[in-house]
Amino acid sequence: MKISDLPKEEYILPGNRLCAGCGAALAYRHALKALGPKTIVVVPAGCITVLHGMYPRTAVTVPVLHTAFETTGAAASGVVAALEAQGRDDIEVVGWSGDGGTADIGVQALSGAAERNTDYLHVCYDNEAYMNTGTQRSGATPCGVQTATTPGPGKAEHKKDMVMIMAAHDIPYIATACASYPLDLHAKFAKARTIHGTKYIHILCPCGPGWGFDPADAIEVGRLAVRTGVFNLFEIEDGRVRFNGASRREPSYEVETYLQAQKRFRSFTDEQIEETRRWAKACRRRLESMPQADAEPERVASPTGAGG
Amino acid sequence: MSYKRLLTGNHAAAYAVKDCRTQVVAAYPITPQSPVTERISEFVATGELKARYVCVESEHSAITVCIAASTTGVRTFTASSANGLCLMHEQLHWAAGARLPIVLACVNRGVAAPWTVWTDHQDSMSQRDTGWIQIHVEDNQEIYDAIIQAYRLAERVYIPVMVCYDGYVLSHTAMPVLTETQEQVDAFLPAYEPLITLDPEHPVNIGLVTMPEPRHDHPGIDELGAYMEIRHRLQQDLAAAESDVVEIDEAFGLAFGRSYGGLMKTYKTDDADLVILAMGTVASESRVAADLLRERGRAVGVASLRLFRPFPTQAIRQLASAFDKIMIIDRALSYGYEGPLACDTKAALYGLSDPASLSCFIAGIGGREISAEMIAEAAEGVLTGRAEPPVRPQDVPWINLHPARSTLVELTEAGAARG
Repeated sequence: MKISDLPKEEYILPGNRLCAGCGAALAYRHALKALGPKTIVVVPAGCITVLHGMYPRTAVTVPVLHTAFETTGAAASGVVAALEAQGRDDIEVVGWSGDGGTADIGVQALSGAAERNTDYLHVCYDNEAYMNTGTQRSGATPCGVQTATTPGPGKAEHKKDMVMIMAAHDIPYIATACASYPLDLHAKFAKARTIHGTKYIHILCPCGPGWGFDPADAIEVGRLAVRTGVFNLFEIEDGRVRFNGASRREPSYEVETYLQAQKRFRSFTDEQIEETRRWAKACRRRLESMPQADAEPERVASPTGAGG
Repeated sequence: MSYKRLLTGNHAAAYAVKDCRTQVVAAYPITPQSPVTERISEFVATGELKARYVCVESEHSAITVCIAASTTGVRTFTASSANGLCLMHEQLHWAAGARLPIVLACVNRGVAAPWTVWTDHQDSMSQRDTGWIQIHVEDNQEIYDAIIQAYRLAERVYIPVMVCYDGYVLSHTAMPVLTETQEQVDAFLPAYEPLITLDPEHPVNIGLVTMPEPRHDHPGIDELGAYMEIRHRLQQDLAAAESDVVEIDEAFGLAFGRSYGGLMKTYKTDDADLVILAMGTVASESRVAADLLRERGRAVGVASLRLFRPFPTQAIRQLASAFDKIMIIDRALSYGYEGPLACDTKAALYGLSDPASLSCFIAGIGGREISAEMIAEAAEGVLTGRAEPPVRPQDVPWINLHPARSTLVELTEAGAARG
């Protein structure tokens, strides 16, 4: 499949208020193309709230319920329960939540919804900090990064592993994606749409203003994350891991190329660079030590017609 | 035909939710509310209530499920008490601002710290600024009836309604309750018709960021306004809802033969020298006190306030114009100032020339006993002028307070001195 095979229909109108080169906006655009119009999106406070516009006009042409920061899983549960009560069973409910709304303030509602195997897709658009409110640290911020609330030596802790937390909930489908790989992202959303129960897709979304790179470099930064092993593209189904796309190859672990492309890592010492490399290898080894699924021969077609 | 049952207050609420054909229920257990949700989950399990029951993981999620489900277009219910209701606080603002006809049963209980499981009104009073309609009821029949009325009210004015009843005193006490047939309730309460829903056929974005100023690039903006106009509409619609409360209670009386005075119930007030103004079971007990006092030759009546929000200013002004003395009993406090009922009553009387004199009391905090005899004694003090009015509103008497050291520092020093 090629980019030109993707559905042409747009669900985000031109002219929204997100930053030039925003990885999250790109991911949202491609996700909606894969999900199609029979979708209801639940959006907690975050960058994507701003994308949707200012009352009384919106840039997004599917139904959207805005909700409080910590409530994505609960709000989605409410929409799902109402749709079930109404007998409307062909609508996909999607929570489009940032790393704050997923890993920190939103983790309770997400865990509760997943424990109940609520029939919705939770998406974490991960730009690795509370970007909408000025780049404060989140649980998903990498170790050593200076943010507005972790000045000086930077965040002391490594990135919270939301994928493993979701795997512990035994939900039917988990995947990671990156805004820089839209075909892989599209296929995963198309697949998730066919699955009942709780689905979780974690998307690495490069953020120019927050990470410190030129908007034109957003795609390349995301690709460097995957090629160097800082971020892996994979799925987990039935407890089995399947690496996808560029992550099917052993990463280069040349994390310097990824780190040096962003201002937020420029002050990293050699020790911090080595620690990043060690951490990336450890994450990869842990994934490789889990039961592996067979490589997928064919990817699912989205309801809008495009194939994987 | 109607069926007479022996029901606790909590179970009366559950029967009402069932008979109202509520479609999504989400609640988190908390003493003394838990039996409401347990009974509802039984109705769902047996199929008597065809609803989705979501076993949420906190009260904040419970009210959020109701907000989302109501927006999607179904009738919803939740219940809570004390700290659980407080945990919902952010979302209570949300539900009212979003104009969602959610009905919530507040089983009144005191808030921590320190822990108490017994009743007072601090939980619901702490939510009085959120824009919810608040109704206080006095017995289990009224709990059942008020919830049915609440759905009709909420779905007419698109404002959420909180039905408040005292924990343990009503929630866990069994009383005879007449429950109505499904046909009768359906006739009184038609199916919910949302103004707007989440529907891919007609996509809308609900809850967008709103600006301080209206967007002048949008045609028709004068009708819509911006944040301030949306909030102003809530305030105006709340004020107008007062007459809907009265009309619906009267209609309920016509349909079922029971009504509750709309905004306020009065008892033996015609010739009263003193009227006791209170809410919930304090008002019920005050009626017993009024009877005791009448045996002693004191002309005392009771005004039991049913509607607390929107605050029925006109009815309160009429009360204060008709009587010389009003004794107000609050079962909650705006700490640092005075009881909410006292405070709101005083504000309502502003500008009246020669209103009744008000004597205010705090009682029953954390479930402390308030007997008819104690109320009668306090009323005697007001009638005889024996009680000195306090210098500041913060110093009103607390009925049945045990003598104690007055400040934390004094208490700590006394403890340290004892070794």
